[in-house]
Amino acid sequence: MAGTTDAAAAAPPGAPAPGPGRGAIAALLVLADGRFPAGGHAHSGGAEAAVKAGRITDGRTLEEFCRGRLHTAGLTAAALAAAAASGLDPLALDEAADARTPATALRATARRLGRQMMRAARAAWPSEELDALAAARPRGAHQPVVLGLAARSAGLAPLDAAYAAVYESVSGPATAVVRLLSLDPFEATVVLARLAPELDAVAERAAGAADRAAAEGPDALPACSAPLLDIAAELHASWPVRLFAS
Amino acid sequence: MTAPAPAPAPAPAQGPGLRASARIVAVADGRGGTALPVLDGGGPFALRRLRSPGVEARVCLVGAMSAPLGGDALALSAEVEDGAVLHFSTTAATIALPGRTGEPATYDVYIRVGDGAVLRWLPEPLISAHGGELRMTTRIELAPTARLVFREEQILGRAGERPGRLTARLTVRRAGRPLYDQELSYGPGVPGWDGGAVLGGHRAAGQLLVVDPAFGAAPVAPRVLGPTAVVAPLAGPAAVVSAVAPDGLQLRTVLETGLLGMDIGR
Repeated sequence: MAGTTDAAAAAPPGAPAPGPGRGAIAALLVLADGRFPAGGHAHSGGAEAAVKAGRITDGRTLEEFCRGRLHTAGLTAAALAAAAASGLDPLALDEAADARTPATALRATARRLGRQMMRAARAAWPSEELDALAAARPRGAHQPVVLGLAARSAGLAPLDAAYAAVYESVSGPATAVVRLLSLDPFEATVVLARLAPELDAVAERAAGAADRAAAEGPDALPACSAPLLDIAAELHASWPVRLFAS
Repeated sequence: MTAPAPAPAPAPAQGPGLRASARIVAVADGRGGTALPVLDGGGPFALRRLRSPGVEARVCLVGAMSAPLGGDALALSAEVEDGAVLHFSTTAATIALPGRTGEPATYDVYIRVGDGAVLRWLPEPLISAHGGELRMTTRIELAPTARLVFREEQILGRAGERPGRLTARLTVRRAGRPLYDQELSYGPGVPGWDGGAVLGGHRAAGQLLVVDPAFGAAPVAPRVLGPTAVVAPLAGPAAVVSAVAPDGLQLRTVLETGLLGMDIGR
């Protein structure tokens, strides 16, 4: 993990500086933990709609679902998060996120999750940059933008923010499917473990894109999307009764 | 004694693919109609002006040869100046086929629509044939009062055929700000493309984007058209019909259904 310099700058006085290449690993674990109080547990990342439609039925179909989500919405979110962590204008990134989120229901979800992430992040790693974004977007900025800014406030590097986003893009659906299908939790964890090398690759790609966006602007960020995720999110939002919020 | 200058790099054994471009410029003619001062196309592009009543100019792209093949680089641009009204169609589907070299083909479309201008961009589908690899980009710049209907349909493989590899990015900016940005990738080597998040076994995907400043005051409501098709308003004065379907015919039907009730005026 990168971020040694930022992490050292944010470390309290007297704390040992992280070793080379180690960065602020513990802060990343706190941020990426499923129990971080940012509301993510209430969302299935599209898995509930996919289970209902018969597109996820077992470990194998869960893995293909997660792989597709990782390389589309996951990459796009991770690049936005990395760009926010690297200091790009969060309002320009919020606008870029709107353009990359055609599903009305997913824009609403992203802003709701962004608002909850903002509350948790301001408590955990207060910073002027978080305050400024919260003031400019009182109803919530897109969650990946807030996630990236939270990572920045925690002394993490853009690649770390990308890791948190890509992990979340697959851990949410995998966890939800354990509840939705009574899938063996071991099987869900196997899916995540098998995807780990691809998580590494997508996080690196997202951080690289954030680097380019620093020079060329947010248009250089990926805009990869998945038609069924977008379409199913709109359908799911119209259900009268559902287990997950999205 | 100096070393002899290195020999120039040998030319590639295979020549480069086809390079071809076409350009349309539409302007208001000052008499309530639309003129086409530029209507240029080479190689596979043959542009024809069709008869049309009223203010609108109609242009049809006639496929004059098989393209794009792998290695080809195609470019198409349409500039609709202030107050002009253009309707664009094609006579046949565009088929992305393999080339001799294994290189991907590229197809870059640039569209600009001025103030008070209207563009209906309604081509036939793009078919990604087995063994082909196409990277397509479409960049659209809209003035604040421009109106647009833009259809994009992607068919993965000809009947009963496995698809080639296709990546298509559509970037729409309105009044200089991002409005819609989407990249779709399907086919061999694209991770997860046929899983439950992306296509889930469907072989046709499409979108119909409608931009009209009137949606600012009267936004389009989200609407479910079927189990794999919806109408969704965007964050600006625009809405998109998004659908996946088993085949191109069912895709076209559902996109047309979505357009009903939100088409732009003339």
